[in-house]
Amino acid sequence: MSIEVRGLSKSYNSFKAVHEVNAKLETGSLTALLGPSGSGKSTLLRMIAGLEIPDSGEIHLTGREATYASAKERNVGFVFQHYALFKHMTVFENIAFGLRVRKQSEREIQDRVYELLSLIQLKGYEKRYPAQLSGGQRQRVAVARALAPRPEVLLLDEPFGALDAKVREELREWILKLHEETNVTTLFVTHDQQEAMEVASRILIMNHGEIEQDGTPIEIFDKPATHFIAQFVGETNYIDTEVTEKGLAVWGPFRFPVSPALAVKQKIRIYFRPNDVYMTAQFETLQVRAKIAKTRFKGTVIEYKLDIGEDKTISAQIPKGVALASGFKEGSEVYAAITAFHVFPI
Amino acid sequence: MAKETLIISLKGAQLSDPARALTEPRWVRWFLISLAVIFISLFLLVPLAQVFTAALAKGVQYYLDAVLEPTAYAAIRLTLIAAFFSVLFNTLFGLASAWAVTKFRFPGKNLLITLIDLPFTVSPVVSGLIYVLLFGLQGLLGPWLRDHNIHIIFAVPGIVLATIFVTFPFVSRELIPLMQEQGTEEEEAAMVMGANGWQTFWRVTLPNIQWGLLYGVILCNARAMGEFGAVSVVSGHIRGLTNTLPLHVEILYNEYNFTAAFAVASLLTFLAVLTLIAKTIIGAKYAREREVLPTLIESEAVS
Repeated sequence: MSIEVRGLSKSYNSFKAVHEVNAKLETGSLTALLGPSGSGKSTLLRMIAGLEIPDSGEIHLTGREATYASAKERNVGFVFQHYALFKHMTVFENIAFGLRVRKQSEREIQDRVYELLSLIQLKGYEKRYPAQLSGGQRQRVAVARALAPRPEVLLLDEPFGALDAKVREELREWILKLHEETNVTTLFVTHDQQEAMEVASRILIMNHGEIEQDGTPIEIFDKPATHFIAQFVGETNYIDTEVTEKGLAVWGPFRFPVSPALAVKQKIRIYFRPNDVYMTAQFETLQVRAKIAKTRFKGTVIEYKLDIGEDKTISAQIPKGVALASGFKEGSEVYAAITAFHVFPI
Repeated sequence: MAKETLIISLKGAQLSDPARALTEPRWVRWFLISLAVIFISLFLLVPLAQVFTAALAKGVQYYLDAVLEPTAYAAIRLTLIAAFFSVLFNTLFGLASAWAVTKFRFPGKNLLITLIDLPFTVSPVVSGLIYVLLFGLQGLLGPWLRDHNIHIIFAVPGIVLATIFVTFPFVSRELIPLMQEQGTEEEEAAMVMGANGWQTFWRVTLPNIQWGLLYGVILCNARAMGEFGAVSVVSGHIRGLTNTLPLHVEILYNEYNFTAAFAVASLLTFLAVLTLIAKTIIGAKYAREREVLPTLIESEAVS
């Protein structure tokens, strides 16, 4: 089942939480809605679920208009950040809830609940109460509960936000596998870009209530559509300068070829990622001489602050193995080039 | 040098009494504990015992006569009726108001919360007078009621109304913070899964608030049975007809019938002790469920 929203808007008093949003999600897709807190992503998700009423615009589920349909008619599953499991019910009763309110037979309920218990790998836990489960187990029960009435759409609101890093990692894998098995159209909200990139095949990035970019993780990472995305996704350096002559911008010792369409003297901001800085001990070609001002160990990579003269610094990242083999350390002289960058007029 | 001295003195303290660093000298502890025990005995236990001793001063037979005498029996009945209706009405109202205040956004919400507390801030005598001014012969609705032969003031309905008014906030005051803390996520989850409002209330909301609700009901009941001021104003003190237990005690006392007064008072005291026991049991369950101690408002309840 597909989800389509057209011109969807929602304000709280004068604050525009969601503004004129358009998006279409195909049947069976797994999409992430990524954005900083307060960007309107949860509000958008809640409007699709029928938990908030939009001020204007339309929501279509499988081509049917469902803008003002009750939550019940939409047939969606919703997973909350803090699980929202029914504390006074066992795991079995939690999962059975959606089936009981739909007046299904006891036999159907039993079958479906046990099917889901094995899907979430919690067989044998059906008599436990939510308080007796770990965070990861609770969230799996919450997902099973949402899936029980066979929804056509699964919506997850920061589903792993309350869990620690290790469990998050496991649940990401698990949700991917689950999606392969069930193939339910899934939309999940997250503020964690790593999570969005790893799990989703498509990412919608929201900022200030609007969708700023809609694309695959690679597109989002390599071809940021706006300033916001260039600095929000991944780590990045940015420098402010201006177009020096037609098709060229100069900043310190670096020369950036820019679009000839940009006027001379146009103020621009150039973004480039620390791992797009090519750094060697010996001069190779087109490089600039720099001095390592500071090194910082970041696990799989090592980050260097490079002093390139004129009181200007940039940061560069190198895989740990390469860095150790090269013998870079604070104070050494190196040569650096910027291999990929993005230019936005300001 | 200073450091060394400190270490030595700490060591000394440890050797003589390991707990000393955390507590007061023995005589201070004993003095404070005795003070508390004397105070509680003097102001709570002795009067409580006195109620029962005075009640039985003229023997068990006299006690039973005083309690089972027709006007006393009528007072017991009326007290139970008033308590029953206050609990019934205020449970329904408390649930509805707490549900509205905590699960929805609407204009005038703060005003509603303030109004719910009004009966606590108004003196019970004034609460009674409000009804006299409304329904009394010279009151706003008095002539109309007289023409239709409806008796509210100096009759049972007035007593029930006054009791309801005075015990109005107990249930909702107990439920509002509890439901606020629980939020609306579980209800939202239920609705997305297709539950209607009624199913959501019975299957999700009510089980979550059951202990808090019961706690509020017990406080409401205790106050309803003990209410004196407001009821006194609207009752008219007609023996056997419009006397509740507290009013009956007062009448007996004013007639210098001390033993009978204490006998009836012992009934009220007995009910109060029963309430306290129930409250303690439920309070403990409730606290375990909330994992915090409930904010107590029973100071008003046992007054």
